[in-house]
Amino acid sequence: MSPLPDLIFEISREGKTAHGLGASRVQSKPAIDPGLLRTAIAGFPQVSEVEIVRHYMALARLNYSLDQGLYPLGSCTMKYNPKINEKLASSEDFQAHPYAPHELVQGNLELMARLEEWLVALTGMAGFTCAPAAGAHGEFTGMLIVRKYLKEKGDPRRVVLIPDSAHGTNPSSAHFAGYEIREIPSNAEGIIDVEGLRPFLKDDVAALMMTNPNTLGIFEKNITAIADALHANGSLLYMDGANLNALLGIVRPGDLGVDVMHINLHKTFATPHGGGGPGSGPVGVAAHLLPFLPVPRVVKDGGKYGVVFAAPHSIGRIKNFYGQFLVMVRALAYLCSLGRENVRQVAEDAVLNANYLRKKLQDVLDLPYPTATLHEVVFSDKNLPVKTLDIAKRLLDYGFHPFTIYFPLIVHGAMMIEPTETESKETLDEFIAVMKKILLEAREQPDLLLQAPRQTPVRRLDETLAARQPVLKWRKGENR
Amino acid sequence: MELEKLLFTKEHEWVRLEGDSAMVGITDYAQHELGDVVYVELPGLGKELKKGDPSANIESVKAVSDVFAPLSGTIIEVNPKLAANPELVNQEPYSEGSLFKMKIKQPDEVKELLDHKKYEEYLRGIAGE
Amino acid sequence: MRYLPLTDTAREEIKKAIGIDDCKELFKSIPADKSYFDLAAIPSALSEPELIAEFKAMGRKNFFPGYLSFLGAGAYAHFIPEVVAYLSAKGEFLTPYTPYQPEVSQGNLQAIFEYQTMMTMLTGLDVANASLYDGATAVAEAVLLAVRKSGRQRILLADSLHPEYSAVVRTYTQNLPIELVTVNVNEADGRINLNDLQAKLNDQTAALVFQSPNFLGVVEDSAVLAQAVHPQHAYAVQAVAEAMSLAYLRPAADFAVDVVAGEAQSFGLSLGFGGPYLGFMTAREEFLRQMPGRIVGQTKDLDGKRGYVLTLSTREQHIKREKAMSNICSNEAWCALRAGMYLATMGKDGLALAAGDSHLHAAYFVSKAAKSRQVRIVYQKNFYNEVLLEIKKGTAEAFLTALKKNKILAGVPLNWFYPTVSNRVLLAFSEVHSREDIDRLLQAMGEYS
Repeated sequence: MSPLPDLIFEISREGKTAHGLGASRVQSKPAIDPGLLRTAIAGFPQVSEVEIVRHYMALARLNYSLDQGLYPLGSCTMKYNPKINEKLASSEDFQAHPYAPHELVQGNLELMARLEEWLVALTGMAGFTCAPAAGAHGEFTGMLIVRKYLKEKGDPRRVVLIPDSAHGTNPSSAHFAGYEIREIPSNAEGIIDVEGLRPFLKDDVAALMMTNPNTLGIFEKNITAIADALHANGSLLYMDGANLNALLGIVRPGDLGVDVMHINLHKTFATPHGGGGPGSGPVGVAAHLLPFLPVPRVVKDGGKYGVVFAAPHSIGRIKNFYGQFLVMVRALAYLCSLGRENVRQVAEDAVLNANYLRKKLQDVLDLPYPTATLHEVVFSDKNLPVKTLDIAKRLLDYGFHPFTIYFPLIVHGAMMIEPTETESKETLDEFIAVMKKILLEAREQPDLLLQAPRQTPVRRLDETLAARQPVLKWRKGENR
Repeated sequence: MELEKLLFTKEHEWVRLEGDSAMVGITDYAQHELGDVVYVELPGLGKELKKGDPSANIESVKAVSDVFAPLSGTIIEVNPKLAANPELVNQEPYSEGSLFKMKIKQPDEVKELLDHKKYEEYLRGIAGE
Repeated sequence: MRYLPLTDTAREEIKKAIGIDDCKELFKSIPADKSYFDLAAIPSALSEPELIAEFKAMGRKNFFPGYLSFLGAGAYAHFIPEVVAYLSAKGEFLTPYTPYQPEVSQGNLQAIFEYQTMMTMLTGLDVANASLYDGATAVAEAVLLAVRKSGRQRILLADSLHPEYSAVVRTYTQNLPIELVTVNVNEADGRINLNDLQAKLNDQTAALVFQSPNFLGVVEDSAVLAQAVHPQHAYAVQAVAEAMSLAYLRPAADFAVDVVAGEAQSFGLSLGFGGPYLGFMTAREEFLRQMPGRIVGQTKDLDGKRGYVLTLSTREQHIKREKAMSNICSNEAWCALRAGMYLATMGKDGLALAAGDSHLHAAYFVSKAAKSRQVRIVYQKNFYNEVLLEIKKGTAEAFLTALKKNKILAGVPLNWFYPTVSNRVLLAFSEVHSREDIDRLLQAMGEYS
């Protein structure tokens, strides 16, 4: 295995240059007080263009990526990122300055409007904002909408109910929107039911944040009854749409009583994860919440597109400019490519694949809930001679990226597996075979798991050391 | 460290009475559950706490845990070694890894603490679940 | 369909293995009357050639490419070396998830570690995070950070902050017990009015949030601002909209600024009609455990090899939930990686060149326009790369319309943000503007009446 690449600062040498900027032919003197000007940036890299390419190629080789193989992370929907979408998003035609006059960017405004129309058609919500930059940003936006709506009705209320299986961004977003969190337990089926909800449904409850399907992969089948109970209480239903992939073309959240929801373009809509971002988290609302959407909003006036920058009941602006526009380009291209002929197949294949894995692995792994699951399945490490972590690390040796581990919190040693619809049966069979092999190793040669991974560029990393003695940047002479 | 001389809470804090003050830390069970401690946030000197108030904060790599004041009182000492050596909480939870000392405000509350035998019983109960 | 690898045969095999006859059985738990809804409203699929044609048709409705642009105000056109576009497009960087399995993510982790390092070199501060959404939300997060760290609830916001930044700060704090107070700006020099600052500063102030270079293009005297607020134990938080300025102006740390947060789109990200961009935050060491967002740290593996991991995760929502420093999960990781590539490629001398020329081109324009009969340069010194013009005759709209006829986008009219200011425009200059470009602008300006 090749040695790990040095840091760019370590290969830097005085006098090398990688840029192609020439000297300006403008003659001018600075117009700033000299005391405000810097001298050179000490330690900044000086390498040649050749070394830039070699350095980043070496870094690229260290990454496992979705382009390489299966990435079955639960609730992440790691589906294939189509390459034509990359080409379209990098087209010069779309790279306008966000303050370009509207008459010069009608194409861009049309693109955003068309994406919103698609999202309305797929979800049954009355309108969307594509401004939020990520799912959590969408959750925060949605909860601000809830609060403003209720405030204008006379009482913003104090509490948001959140199931114990929820993703951490749910309580966090509600908190920053000014709410107190009250956690409600999932029942024996792994879902929420109205009887379990009632004791919590006091008159200080603003909303329930529900992920559907939830983080166990289970459809919250009581959603309509829950929505009715909430509405009767003067509360709203927020739906975390991270798992929308299971419902695409099958059912519309707007038909189920959802008042406000977010979706993740970087999950359901195939835009690339980029190693952690950028995402995009559009928020859809029912008709009574339309006036509260953030600004700016794209509007159609006759044959032309315009933008509304202020609206009397809007929660305000939540981001610079319009949102993650180039992510929207990719999402619209994806939807146009799927069309009505294929959207439903996405959900059906995603659910088929996940249930196939469930069926094939449920005799070797513990399934904490017998309830039917959709696009993902969660196993626990009960009765195993090794920990979930060790299984995950051994998967790396077999060239697979592991599933999500230790989430949701309500399952011990959770293994959350979502294959998505973009995996072939051959890949799934390979994964199943490897999992069975690893579980056999767990009983007969556990050291193979405990010492895993061995085939990766680095072995297990000391996260304790990283947190106890944080080294968060390079310092000359110190990093080796 | 003689555990029999300590008193305990159900939140896995231990208390060593020293006259009208109490030394406080977390138990071996707690440090084991937390994993490698990476950072400890201690209360400020002079801080007034009621029994049950969050007093300190212990972070491991994957979790963060509140330490609740076992008694009401005022913080008079904090362990200076934990800033540089948070691992002492794992290694010596009952001695070098203690957290802080407080001046007791309501001596009656001492009765509500568990003795070592009752705490051991409580731990066995948790393990059985 | 090419994104759906399951063949009908495979589907039958899977259904058989699961024990169902029809896919509909998988969705039994969904209310029957709502499920399998009518798809008629959804457009029909486009083939790949049709898709390309469709997007080209939309692109043809954009007429901005024919114009010489001096638009700035928070998004800046800088030259992006080809290697940056080439390398950042690689699937190994674009398609992985967040590096929660660090053993197979060392490429992204090391690249972000390098980015963090370079951001601290530019601001002189101790720590940088691995990105936030954009400049506006980065400033909002800095406000929340200052409130958290200080335990105080009063925030002074300079009136010369980018109006979108102030707007986002207001949205973020609308339901929180945080008081926002505006500090006035001198018309004379475009800088913060120190008397107003002193009048509004008190022992409940968590921080002064000021932008430099500010929305009017003016570079503040940060040392004076920090000196004004520190005696009250309030923080000096600097917002930055034009990150290129960091490579030309003295590092904020030299002036005792505590936090620098803002927009790093200038570092290698295309204009992209506003996003995705790159929020950055750097701060002094003491803020570390309160900082929002992911952070990459160095460590060792079992064999003692150097490696990188996401660290100090207990600050974040997946562990601390409603007590987390921020709700942020997905960030702008790929944008940060690309910015790191840009900074490394431009390097010490290239970045200095681009940053220097950005200012010098603005200075050239100012010196040539000083005697203009059509416009007045409002701030003739201590601007970075943006220049505020007052139109002497007629309105800003009339001026811009006239220049638009010459295929020039001569800046952003201030009345977009300040409706009562009808005769001012803000222009931005960068290293991409040639001398001919600026002369053409001056020529067209000279012809305006």
